[in-house]
Amino acid sequence: MSVATDQPPVPTAPVPNAGSSSDRPGPDRPRPEFAVTLEGLTVEYGKNRALADVSATFPVGAVGLLGPNGAGKSTMIKALLGFITPAKGRMKVLGLDVTANPQEIRSRVGYMPENDGHIPGMNAVSFVAYCGELSGLPGVDAMQRAHEVLYYVGLGEARYREIGTYSTGMKQRIKLAQALVHDPDLLFLDEPTNGMDPKGRDEMLELIRDLAHNKGVSLILSSHLLPDVEYTCDHLVVLDKGRIATSGLIGELKGPAGSIFELRIKGDSDAFVAVLQANGLECPATDEDVMRVFVPGGKSARDVFALAAQHGVQIRHLRASVPTLEDVFAKAVGQE
Amino acid sequence: MPIHDQSYRRYAGARQPAQRAWLVIAKSGIRQFLRRRPMIGILFGAWIQLLVRLAMFYVSESVTQASALLGPKAETFRQFLEQQNFFVFLIAIYVGSGLIAQDRKANALQIYLSKPLTRVDYIAGKMAILATFLLFVTWLPALLLLVGQILLSGSFEFARGNMILFPAITVFSFIEVFVVCCAVLALSSLTTSTRYVAVMFAGVMFFSDAVYGTLRMVTGSTAFSWVSFTGSLAQVGDAIFRQPLRYTTPVAVSVIVLAALVAVSLSVLERRVRGVEVVA
Repeated sequence: MSVATDQPPVPTAPVPNAGSSSDRPGPDRPRPEFAVTLEGLTVEYGKNRALADVSATFPVGAVGLLGPNGAGKSTMIKALLGFITPAKGRMKVLGLDVTANPQEIRSRVGYMPENDGHIPGMNAVSFVAYCGELSGLPGVDAMQRAHEVLYYVGLGEARYREIGTYSTGMKQRIKLAQALVHDPDLLFLDEPTNGMDPKGRDEMLELIRDLAHNKGVSLILSSHLLPDVEYTCDHLVVLDKGRIATSGLIGELKGPAGSIFELRIKGDSDAFVAVLQANGLECPATDEDVMRVFVPGGKSARDVFALAAQHGVQIRHLRASVPTLEDVFAKAVGQE
Repeated sequence: MPIHDQSYRRYAGARQPAQRAWLVIAKSGIRQFLRRRPMIGILFGAWIQLLVRLAMFYVSESVTQASALLGPKAETFRQFLEQQNFFVFLIAIYVGSGLIAQDRKANALQIYLSKPLTRVDYIAGKMAILATFLLFVTWLPALLLLVGQILLSGSFEFARGNMILFPAITVFSFIEVFVVCCAVLALSSLTTSTRYVAVMFAGVMFFSDAVYGTLRMVTGSTAFSWVSFTGSLAQVGDAIFRQPLRYTTPVAVSVIVLAALVAVSLSVLERRVRGVEVVA
């Protein structure tokens, strides 16, 4: 009979851990082509439609789920975990149907919720070990992995403290630890850097990047913070008002078929934006001084100058810009 | 070269079946409560009656004149369980009131239900924590009282003459514990405050008793005992121990009341124990 203790792991006898990354997933766990597949998913809260007929595939690897607040990102993750029953549609996680195999799916995924969440009355190591046991790990193994995972997320020195005394940043880390303790194949991370200071945020992003790129853990990172997604993920799915706005490899989505210019003008900017748009140059309306103009392939900065000259607008500043995820997002969502 | 890799490593060990999750919850919860001194105090206090009753049995066996007064009867065991109701109430409040309320307060439900366990596993685990302590102050001491009587008298004569006692103690204790567990957990799922749960549970107990008392005064009949939670339980207990019924309420009505209470409690739990709270 195994008994879990709060004692640190014995360094010389690490039990059943194997390697670091390359052999994921295990021999008994077939690697599916897609981490998540959605077919016509509709989720409604009463009369409000949170997700409307969403069909998408999330490839294995690091996928960013991007969208403004209220776009339906958290709803999608909660539906995938089986917390919410969709009104319509089918969902598959790691090749398994969510309706038919919710428990098997949950044994293979880790979930880091957006809100603070912990089991009351436990210190960090007890909490993480408890989560491991709930996920099916034997008590001794769960305790050993709890120590290891807490070191990994940077809470090694604070692992005997009550979670209630943790700072916001530490609570984010402990949520990541409990999601990792049972060695999931797929992680759902819901706004993982919320409330963290810049240093903590960088460290959290580094951990997420390491998990996805060096440890072979697939993950879906839900965030409204573009830099977070850009730094950690390879693929992107943009949600807006419960629908998929765009999706694909971030590199491809950013890679312009044309070019982008930052522009500052003297004259009626609203009218000039309308002129640009009428001539096939994308330019999200903006209240700011500097506007970003997407010039499609086949056109160049000369066309911008020509249009300005035709409409009596003076260009005071024009600079070629590097396309960012913000541009992808703005184009997809149609916001400034 | 590092002597110990503190990086993230994958796990290749054995995994236990998901059906054991309720047991993990129960074991952890019981361990947590046993670390608290007030809990130990309550459990110790709950066994004082057992010691007193055993002492009475001993005296009745040793002193012939005292046997009529202190000797065991079938109703002794019914009275024993009835007097343990004070500790049932204490434990229901001390252990039960926070079982779900504190998880809701700490947003723990989303953590629990993101693991490979069902809502039934979660509720069963929480119920097992409370039921263990309640059985520890009802069923176990009552059985030990019966065993103690046999040991002190040195014969099976009393036990043979009251064969109903073992099943009666078991059935009544489990009914009482199950009903109390359902009611307390349902109340605990309704709020995030442990105090509110304690007040609500005490309110259900005392208010239903007060309503019954008023009805009895007005009508002069005990036929309305079914409105009282403790009254219904007492009526069912009397029937199980084959004692004279204390109320004129039909036993079937009391059983239906308890069954309805359980049904309502389970329905509340089904609605409140969810990974996400939807406010549409």
